[in-house]
Amino acid sequence: MIELKNVSKWYDEFQVLNDCSTQVAKGEVVVVCGPSGSGKSTLIKCVNGLEAFQKGEIYVDGTSVGDAGTNLPQLRSHIGMVFQNFELFPHISVTENIKLAQLKVLGRSDDESQQNAARLLERVGLSDQADKHPAQLSGGQQQRVAIARALAMDPVAMLFDEPTSALDPEMINEVLDVMVELATDGMTMMVVTHEMGFARRVADRVIFMDEGRIEEDCSKEEFFNSERGERAQIFLSKILEH
Amino acid sequence: MNYNWDWGVLIREPYFEWLVSGFLWTISVSVAAWILAFSLGSVVGIARTTNSKLLRGIGTCYVETFRNIPLLVQMFLWYFVFPELLPEDAGMWVKRELPMPEFTTAVVCLGLYTASRVAEQVRAGIEAIGQGQRNAGLAMGLTPAQVYRYVLLPVSYRIIVPPLTSEFLTIFKNSSLALTIGVLETTAQARQIEEYTFQGFEAFTAATLLYIIVTSTVMLLMKLIEGRLRIPGMISLGAK
Ligand SMILES: Nc1ncnc2c1ncn2[C@@H]1O[C@H](COP(=O)(O)OP(=O)(O)OP(=O)(O)O)[C@@H](O)[C@H]1O
Ligand SMILES: [Mg+2]
Repeated sequence: MIELKNVSKWYDEFQVLNDCSTQVAKGEVVVVCGPSGSGKSTLIKCVNGLEAFQKGEIYVDGTSVGDAGTNLPQLRSHIGMVFQNFELFPHISVTENIKLAQLKVLGRSDDESQQNAARLLERVGLSDQADKHPAQLSGGQQQRVAIARALAMDPVAMLFDEPTSALDPEMINEVLDVMVELATDGMTMMVVTHEMGFARRVADRVIFMDEGRIEEDCSKEEFFNSERGERAQIFLSKILEH
Repeated sequence: MNYNWDWGVLIREPYFEWLVSGFLWTISVSVAAWILAFSLGSVVGIARTTNSKLLRGIGTCYVETFRNIPLLVQMFLWYFVFPELLPEDAGMWVKRELPMPEFTTAVVCLGLYTASRVAEQVRAGIEAIGQGQRNAGLAMGLTPAQVYRYVLLPVSYRIIVPPLTSEFLTIFKNSSLALTIGVLETTAQARQIEEYTFQGFEAFTAATLLYIIVTSTVMLLMKLIEGRLRIPGMISLGAK
């Protein structure tokens, strides 16, 4: 479904990604972790072409992301993405947020978009918030709307970039619950997160990044149960303390 | 001081008519120049926030040029120098056949100058929103143009209602410079009344009041509009 082959990226002289290769099969859930600045966000943004890369290849559903001839908007329209800061559009209501790309990108009718929005809001437990504006919702609620908004496009895969890092602790679970449900429903997911509880519950594989490299890429069982490299060991002990 | 106050001059013919006509010219110059400034300024401001180096460069050149030459100098350049720089035929046309030459020149000059200031506001408004919103729009498959249309501009124009209001008021006040190239707007008419009647205090008081009435009305109107556009739940936009 998602395939990265020897991807490298530079900001001027500085190399952010160094020869990264991995893949995410259909229905698989892959968790990406690693220290701050290790390139996790950059890697995940390369997958839907929000960041350009200079070397290597990325394929999503058979389409080459880095190819100059690729219609990026069309490709992105069926890869959902959820951001650390939610990024709901503040000037329109929750429902309109979910309808926008259905109307403007997929060309769905107003009725159909509206029905989808209502169905998805129910799925994330927010039917009663449909007509509010984003700023009137809590962080956890906003992030659930953001997930609903991404799902409205019927994505073949979902990318998450630290979806719970900006949330107060008591709101983390309501978002993780929605994500766990998605994972068990068979959604293909690539999730940057430090929530190791989430990784233990639903991840198939865990990727550990450090200084732009993929240092570990193994099954969840291997990652948590056997001896890891030194850097991963230090990282894990640090985040598990919290 | 031996000054014969005579407020009656203001409602006497033809002085009353002069004031009214001057006021209408002021409004016409301001509104026409504002339409030009707002449209062109938006385009230039947006250009400066795109990914294209070329568009950004053109936008920067425009802003730096028009913002840094004094407005009065620009007025003279457009009126006296510009026609001379054109190829002969075009220069002749501008000098002889341009409809309402003083008015048109004043509108173009004020409009182009203010566009550079509007552009800076538009750019600041868009930049205040940040990369995250842009990415969110792109990630759902919107084209870059659609991201501007549906995501960035609706929010950034709300943010910049107050500075745009003040730019409009500035254009309105700057329109008095049009008298230097012969547009008989409010200030010019007040001066003319002074010359004919020696009642300068009355004439300029009337002109001042006219300016104040318009600026306060505009400010009030924009407060109302700002309130209408307020986004529910938002305390201040543009942070983050
Ligand atoms: N636009 C940019 N220009 C230059 N350097 C950048 C830019 N964006 C990111 N970087 C650098 O690239 C590196 C990787 O950044 P990235 O955001 O991918 O890290 P991350 O693993 O997501 O970190 P975090 O956990 O803090 O989100 C960092 O060192 C960062 O400073
Ligand atoms: Mg990051």
